[in-house]
Amino acid sequence: QIRFVLLISRQGKVRLTKWYSPYTQKERLKAIRELSALILPRGPKLCNFVEWKGLKVVYKRYASLYFCICVDSEDNELDGLEVIHHYVQVLDRYFGNVCELDLIFNFHKAYFILDEILIAGELQESSKKSVSRVISAQDTLVENAKEQASSLSNMIAQATK
Amino acid sequence: MEQLKTIGRELAMGSQGVWGSSKEFLELVKTIGEAKSKAEEERIVLAEIESLKRRIQEPDVPRKKMKEYIMRLVYVEMLGHDASFGYIHAVKMTHDDNLLLKRSGYLAVTLFLNEDHDLIILIINTIQKDLKSDNYLVCCAALTAVCRLINEETIPAVLPQIVELLNHQKELVRKKAVMALHRFFQRSPSTVSHLFPAFQERLCDRDPSVMSAVLCALYDMILVNVKPFKHLVASLVSILKQAVEHRLPKSYDYHRTPAPFVQIKLLKILALLGTGDKAASENMFNVLGDILKRSDSTSNIGNAILYECVRTLTSIYTNPRLLQNAAEITAKFLKSDSHNLKYMGIDALGRLIKITPECAENHQLAVIDCLEDPDDTLKRKTLDLLYKMTKANNVEVIVERMVEYIRNISDNHYKTEISSRVIELAERYAPSNQWFIQTMNQVFEIAGDLVPQKVAHDLMRLIAEGAGEEDEDADSHLRSSAVQAYLQILKEPKLPSILLQVISWVLGEYGIADGSHSAEFIIGKLCDIVATRPGDDKLKGYVVSAITKICAFEKAAGQTVDLIPECVSFIEELYASHSTDLQQRVYEFHAVLKLDRDTLASILPMDASCEDIEVDKDLSFLNSFVESALANGSRPYLSDNERRGMGAMTTLASNNDAGTSSLLRFQPYEKPSIPEPAAALVTASHYSQDAIDQHDIYSSAITVSTSSKAPESSSNDGTRLKLEGVQKKWGRPTYTPEAQVPKNPINISDSVKVSSSAAGKEASSRNSSAPPYTERKQPPQEISAEKKKLAASLFGSKAGDTKAKPAAKLQQNGTSKKAPAKPTSPPPPAPAPPPADLLDLSDSLPQTPSVDPVDQLADLISVDSSAATSTTSLVEQVFDAGKVATKGPSPQASLQKDAVSRQVGVTPSGGTNPDLFKDLFG
Repeated sequence: QIRFVLLISRQGKVRLTKWYSPYTQKERLKAIRELSALILPRGPKLCNFVEWKGLKVVYKRYASLYFCICVDSEDNELDGLEVIHHYVQVLDRYFGNVCELDLIFNFHKAYFILDEILIAGELQESSKKSVSRVISAQDTLVENAKEQASSLSNMIAQATK
Repeated sequence: MEQLKTIGRELAMGSQGVWGSSKEFLELVKTIGEAKSKAEEERIVLAEIESLKRRIQEPDVPRKKMKEYIMRLVYVEMLGHDASFGYIHAVKMTHDDNLLLKRSGYLAVTLFLNEDHDLIILIINTIQKDLKSDNYLVCCAALTAVCRLINEETIPAVLPQIVELLNHQKELVRKKAVMALHRFFQRSPSTVSHLFPAFQERLCDRDPSVMSAVLCALYDMILVNVKPFKHLVASLVSILKQAVEHRLPKSYDYHRTPAPFVQIKLLKILALLGTGDKAASENMFNVLGDILKRSDSTSNIGNAILYECVRTLTSIYTNPRLLQNAAEITAKFLKSDSHNLKYMGIDALGRLIKITPECAENHQLAVIDCLEDPDDTLKRKTLDLLYKMTKANNVEVIVERMVEYIRNISDNHYKTEISSRVIELAERYAPSNQWFIQTMNQVFEIAGDLVPQKVAHDLMRLIAEGAGEEDEDADSHLRSSAVQAYLQILKEPKLPSILLQVISWVLGEYGIADGSHSAEFIIGKLCDIVATRPGDDKLKGYVVSAITKICAFEKAAGQTVDLIPECVSFIEELYASHSTDLQQRVYEFHAVLKLDRDTLASILPMDASCEDIEVDKDLSFLNSFVESALANGSRPYLSDNERRGMGAMTTLASNNDAGTSSLLRFQPYEKPSIPEPAAALVTASHYSQDAIDQHDIYSSAITVSTSSKAPESSSNDGTRLKLEGVQKKWGRPTYTPEAQVPKNPINISDSVKVSSSAAGKEASSRNSSAPPYTERKQPPQEISAEKKKLAASLFGSKAGDTKAKPAAKLQQNGTSKKAPAKPTSPPPPAPAPPPADLLDLSDSLPQTPSVDPVDQLADLISVDSSAATSTTSLVEQVFDAGKVATKGPSPQASLQKDAVSRQVGVTPSGGTNPDLFKDLFG
């Protein structure tokens, strides 16, 4: 089970956090601080896992962004690594050549996508196609709703004229 | 195509403002991104919070504007600031009819609120309404929020609706409903326990995503109780079979591996179901074998499946053939260049050796490489493995490694964990008392106050008891060496309190025992100890008692003790100490000094800390006193039973103070707060015997003080009582430690020769145990001498051992392949002639030992440096190759993004972070 997901830049700036287990704001800050100190200095050849307070953090670096997920000590680390990769692939598919800037300015989109992949700390969808389908369905629906709303209000406006 | 996509995206963004947000927000992100210091960032964020606070409360904020404010709140909170003032607005937004706003509201709420937040109650109603919505996306948004926000109390409010949604026509909704129910199970298992059949029904859902969601839930339920799910083995195995055989939709493929996440989940469940269940396990063997055969060990995900398979195989009922395969996979992991795989290999090996302990030997060098790896994670994992395979013959090397490791880390969590392991191993396998004491000293020195007090008491007890046999010479040698070691340690600055306590006790008890140190010298040292930690009352108590003992020993031996000035001032100071315990001790000390020689010898006899104190429960030694008192007209003693616990003390006090002010001193003994009456009784009667001998001198004040806890006696007595029967742990070892650890290269080469000749002879046994690729990848010729030495000591290549082990293995291979080793194996049957392909293995081994030891030392240096450079992992290469082929970094796209961002003025200035535009896969 995944405890939290953390995206930090190489400079230690937080780009996205999602907590699946209860952590207070203080604990969160502490975790982020400790983990950035632990993960950022690690060299590229070392393994992608660090042990942290009896849990394990699996991380992977993509360009300047570190994707970290914290899992239980009994979980399969390679599996975790692939969950990260899966998420990045879906992001990539959605944004098209996703880059850090996309995530900074569209972090709510990144959250929506994460919500389709992970729920309550479990991988819920391993098919990239279905995730993309849902997200685009939501997006088009939003567009449609907007149009409808505006046309409706137009109609109302005309009717009440 | 890629370009088109990017352009399309930009167009889409353009329609809702570039990047979908307002200029203000972009400005905020930009300034934060360019902030030079943490303080500056802080200032910007605080200003933002202030402005949001003001603007969010304005009446009639347009809804779209509100959405943006809330997103900004999310951003601020993500940066670690408190945005609780805006929570209520996020909650309000979930009520909105517009799906876009509703979703943003739900997102913000799930990020802001924990499940026990007060505001949750305001959302329940909205969630209930949304769960009933015709629009499946609204349903989904609500279900996502349910997973995060619903707590035990609110489950009943939404449960019926969610159960209904299990049969929704959209698979997306069904899946989320299952996830929500899973979450409920985690929160409060009883609420959904009646739904097990519904879960099982969903297991057969025609959509694989719903099925895999059910698997997550099943795993947790089975973890709690296996029984009700045993009948599912057959269907789970058949699902796994379908997945492995590529019968799930293609969209579930991941790097050409069929539905790997589903496979891993199923393997986890099967591991639980097959534990200790032969019938269930036999059902699985087929499909597990299939997975091992099909999985592709060149991709990361393939290895993830293989590793999970090894885990499953090691937890279900064993199958020798599959276990053999598992050992091969583990070997492959260990030999890989990728650190990740090595890590997994070490973990898998740790699981394997629980079943087949002898398989560790094949991987000696790989394990040692991992142990010496610069990667901390790998090192720690390897220590975990070593901990699991510690035996009496390798404990010294392993503990040495662990101690070395904790010396270099600062993380308290792991320091505590590993030092407790060191202590456990040392207690269980210590080859000699000397070694045990040394090890403990190191642990105390490094981990200091993280070590539990009990360990210190055990250590003192061990020094006091010695080997536990009638070998006084060895014991006194042990003690004087302990004293010597402690005097050495005292030269170091900054020692932890607990170690100083042990040192004080040992110096007090044995400091002058062997006559090599004068009493003045030891007392001086003890005073120095106090000077290093002025505020430590507990330590002072230990020191005063130690000084008392030394003075008593000296006087008992007929010498006069001249207290050195430091000591005198130290003692003087304590007369006025705030701690009553310390005061009592110094008064006691004062009284002891006044006693004559014979009395001293009987109250504080030399080296009597582990003498048994006989508890005379009947207090028979008081009989004559009682009789004479009765004869003198005293009232008979009433109700002995009700004061059983403190009988000894009261009588004692009255005994001492018979003539004087007995009433006054009697009082405190009425209700002493004694948690364990037994211990108190022991202490009291111990002193009572001493005191009886000369009650006229021993003032009652001292009697009072002695009954309070005196660490040297109570700690010993306390542990002695608790540790009855543990003593055999430290019993004399049955072998000579010298034979275990080769002291010089020649010794090693001998042992290696033996093992290699054994390998030659019993090649057929290796044939089955050694994995096939060992032939491909021969052990490197120049294995450093030190590594071999380490290997020899870790894996116990004692001549007798190595001969015995392959024999045992061979015997098993003949009958049941890799069954757990039997302790008494009959002499080996005649070994089969070695197959040709293994000859080179046996040839290569004897060559190394013939190398000149000096050369080996030279090798050691070169190998160490070359070992650090490992090639890039094959897995990564494969991944990268695939990526380059399919997409690769598109400079065009990045340029365009760059252009767009320039348009809104967010180009990071200078070189702050040029990576922002870099394709993540680049």
